[in-house]
Amino acid sequence: MRTFSYVRAASPGEAVGLYRPGAAYLGGGTNLVDLMRLGVAAPDQVIDVTGATGDSISESDDGGLRIGAGVRNSDLATHPVVRERYPLLARAVLTGASGQIRNMATVGGNLLQRTRCPYFQDTGMPCNKREPGSGCQATAPGADTEHLAILGHSPSCVATHPSDMAVALTALGARVRLAGPDGDRWVEMPGLHRLPDDTPERDTVLHPGELITDVELPPPPDGRSTYRKVRERASFAFALVSLAAVLDVGPDGRVRDLRLALGGVAHVPWRAHIAERAARSLPATPETFARAAGEELRSARPLPGNEYKVTLARNLIVAVLEELAP
Amino acid sequence: MTRVEGPEKVTGAARYAFEYPVPDAVYAYPVQATVASGRLRAFDATEALAMPGVLAVLGGVTTGTFGMENFELALFTSDAVTYRGQLIGAVVADTLENARAAAVTVRARYDPQPPDAVLRPGHPKLYRPEKVNPGMPADTGYGDVAAGLAGAAGRVAVTYTTPVQHNNPMEPHAAIAAWDEAGALTVWDSTQGPTADRDTIAAVLDLPPERVRVISPHVGGGFGSKGTTRPHAILAALAAREVGRPVKVALTRQQMFTLTGHRTPTIQRLELGAAADGALTAVAHDVIEHTALRTEFAEQTAACTRVMYGTPAMRTTHRLAPLNVPAPSWMRAPGETPGMYALESAMDELAVALDMDPVELRIRNEPAAEPESGLPFSSRNLVACLRAGADRFGWADRDPRPGVRRRGRWLTGTGVAASTYPARRRPSSATADALDGGYVVRIAAADIGTGARTALAAIAASTLGVERDRVRVELGDSALPPAWLAGGSMGTASWASAVAAACEALLKDGSHGSADTAEDVEGDSGFARHSFGAQFAEVLVDPLTGEVRVPRLLGVFAAGRIIDPQLARSQFIGGMTMGLGMALMEATAVDASAGCFVGLDFAQYHVATCADVLDVDAFWIDEDDPHLWPGDGKGIGEIGITGTAAAIGNAVYHATGRRVRDLPITPAKLLGAG
Repeated sequence: MRTFSYVRAASPGEAVGLYRPGAAYLGGGTNLVDLMRLGVAAPDQVIDVTGATGDSISESDDGGLRIGAGVRNSDLATHPVVRERYPLLARAVLTGASGQIRNMATVGGNLLQRTRCPYFQDTGMPCNKREPGSGCQATAPGADTEHLAILGHSPSCVATHPSDMAVALTALGARVRLAGPDGDRWVEMPGLHRLPDDTPERDTVLHPGELITDVELPPPPDGRSTYRKVRERASFAFALVSLAAVLDVGPDGRVRDLRLALGGVAHVPWRAHIAERAARSLPATPETFARAAGEELRSARPLPGNEYKVTLARNLIVAVLEELAP
Repeated sequence: MTRVEGPEKVTGAARYAFEYPVPDAVYAYPVQATVASGRLRAFDATEALAMPGVLAVLGGVTTGTFGMENFELALFTSDAVTYRGQLIGAVVADTLENARAAAVTVRARYDPQPPDAVLRPGHPKLYRPEKVNPGMPADTGYGDVAAGLAGAAGRVAVTYTTPVQHNNPMEPHAAIAAWDEAGALTVWDSTQGPTADRDTIAAVLDLPPERVRVISPHVGGGFGSKGTTRPHAILAALAAREVGRPVKVALTRQQMFTLTGHRTPTIQRLELGAAADGALTAVAHDVIEHTALRTEFAEQTAACTRVMYGTPAMRTTHRLAPLNVPAPSWMRAPGETPGMYALESAMDELAVALDMDPVELRIRNEPAAEPESGLPFSSRNLVACLRAGADRFGWADRDPRPGVRRRGRWLTGTGVAASTYPARRRPSSATADALDGGYVVRIAAADIGTGARTALAAIAASTLGVERDRVRVELGDSALPPAWLAGGSMGTASWASAVAAACEALLKDGSHGSADTAEDVEGDSGFARHSFGAQFAEVLVDPLTGEVRVPRLLGVFAAGRIIDPQLARSQFIGGMTMGLGMALMEATAVDASAGCFVGLDFAQYHVATCADVLDVDAFWIDEDDPHLWPGDGKGIGEIGITGTAAAIGNAVYHATGRRVRDLPITPAKLLGAG
């Protein structure tokens, strides 16, 4: 039997103190335990941090929100302040996984779930993420690419980040507080997750032993927002492409502020800065939205078999913004 | 009526194969080939054998003797690796965790060959099988197809493809095997047929059948994948013999994708011609599908065409490409499911070509006798199903123009397709005894979640003229009177015949009755016996995202006499739901260069969720068919899945004007070029 030790930490400091190379932090276990069963992850020590990080949601002085990393996804989505002031986030969380999984999954764990690819999960296949340097079966001819990346991928990895919540947080400009061996620090979103480059084994910018303790949201943005997730079945499926959008249109009918984040297209929740800049100050019309989407997706490099995602992402941006426009 | 074993199941008291508390049991964990093609050159278990708790390692190439040639079941006797995931060994240990940890340390080395796992038209190895499942001719034909097509006013010549699909029952395949001192074997197995499973296990292990007992009172679904003996059961028996203790084997969901069968992908060419009034002038249905290199399975995909519509000329053919894949096998309505998808989609295209209502086109081609055989139908109510369904669905007001109806961001459309499935029965035996003021019926039937126990109690009670709660049915054990398996929609018909006869014998005798229907069943000739149905679908398609949702699905079926409305409804709508999954999401990806299936779990192989099933309803027309058998039922386990995918695909065309001829109909395909 592959053995590992299990310890519960009561505080971030204790968790970080217990950490040593080969250990893994455990939140709700909805991703790590699966990967351990599959043999993809094999930590020798599992540090349960569900009692170490906060499990409460509180309003901060600046009008934002502080969310403990141990808050369960279900509790986040149903929290009255989240529902009222950040409906985009509530909606995104509720489109993720199933009710049972959301009851277990934590905010911190959700952000740190591994990127997805059929070949990462199959220990008999080469995968640079699972075994650095072993190759990438997903880029071999005739591979199954339907769910893989179109933006920001590298020859070594074409996996996608699966979180819905992270896409919403990326659009909202959340920041994440980390505790670590070298003290605490804040990381902005986007910026927590990283593109694969030639080190796809690293999904995020976290240093070894660092732990997410809180997520902080700025005050809700002006304008209207929503989250749309496209998938071939109505529930319990990862996004083919998803979109978190915030659109603020001035009294002159021009785009005052726009924030867009795409899910299912890259190794990170993809903040569409190019589209945002392209639309700013222009009339909030379908033409503007189409031009902005087109500019963002100019850098898309679909794989053989997932070209549809470029069309889908473009259509989704336009459709959602048309819906949000006054 | 409610299920006899309902309380046991909802309280968790019902025991499934893996759950039997067999004392002293240990665990075996499979070692599977990591290449798809080649020779196994070395199998080194040194490290595994030294690991904690490990009792034995089986595998490599051994000289085990088996009583039956069967590449999938005569384990570890060949160095040929013909598919990735092939069972090449197993570790037996005191716990499942120890067995699994040791299994990954087994070092196998191969002389690999480039794999060939992707079905394609014109594959150089295509051949015509002797027969297609379950013993039908591969090719049939009559009349002049070319002339019929040439003279047609409306013509369709199109190719449909369906992907690899996996049965994926809820309960993973599992077995416990225990040998006694006298060398008799007991297997607690998850099987659709204890008698057939017992016979196969005995044959493979070269034992007389009476030395093997299979016990399986509760089975968590099978959809055909538990209709034939699977390697986990043989592995459990071999491992138990090796270590001298009972051995448990439970396949993981991932292992099920290679070790428990699947539905072949199909490439189907349909050519239909019709006169201006809709009368068919020719039908050709040419099928290409795959099979395994060492085990042939030929899905009878075009067989439905031999049954459905009257035509002066017809051709049906099947060709197989042997590939580096595990053996395909039965999956809910083998043949009819992919075949009716293609035929009923082509009929819809023909209706469009003729500018004719698709319900009317089907009615126009109602045959007087079974087209291929010329046999009279024992009963056939396709037309009645189409009419009743059209009525209930509100078909009469349908605007045939495609791509013109909107509901918010959705385009909407409706579609229709026919369903069919053969009605058959096979020899079975049963006993009935008066006991303690009640009655007990014994038969080695299987209840795989269909409610067989409940239906058989109803048949027995009605024959005996008593209330159902006075009858207890014992099934799921090969020690009971031998019976046919729960497959081919033949379970209830086969068992009901034996149970009714046994109960009649009991009435004569007063205390005991027994029956064997072998002779009766031999007399089941002279008629074409089939169930028919009509399915209607309404779909929503978002043209910008390619999402398809099915707000309404309606089926009307004619399947003989319905024995129990509640159980029947559950079979019909269950089949239709699986058909919805086939239409929109079910597919196993094949990696061409690695030569294998990928995406082997429920996060990647999608079946319909509750949220996908909105308004699914089934109705039926009770048939009074004098040419059936006791119970008067035609079997209802499979007809519900046939035609559903075509009805949905036809509705997608009606909604969008776009004909996707490659299942499943996903956003990727709706947004793609074409």
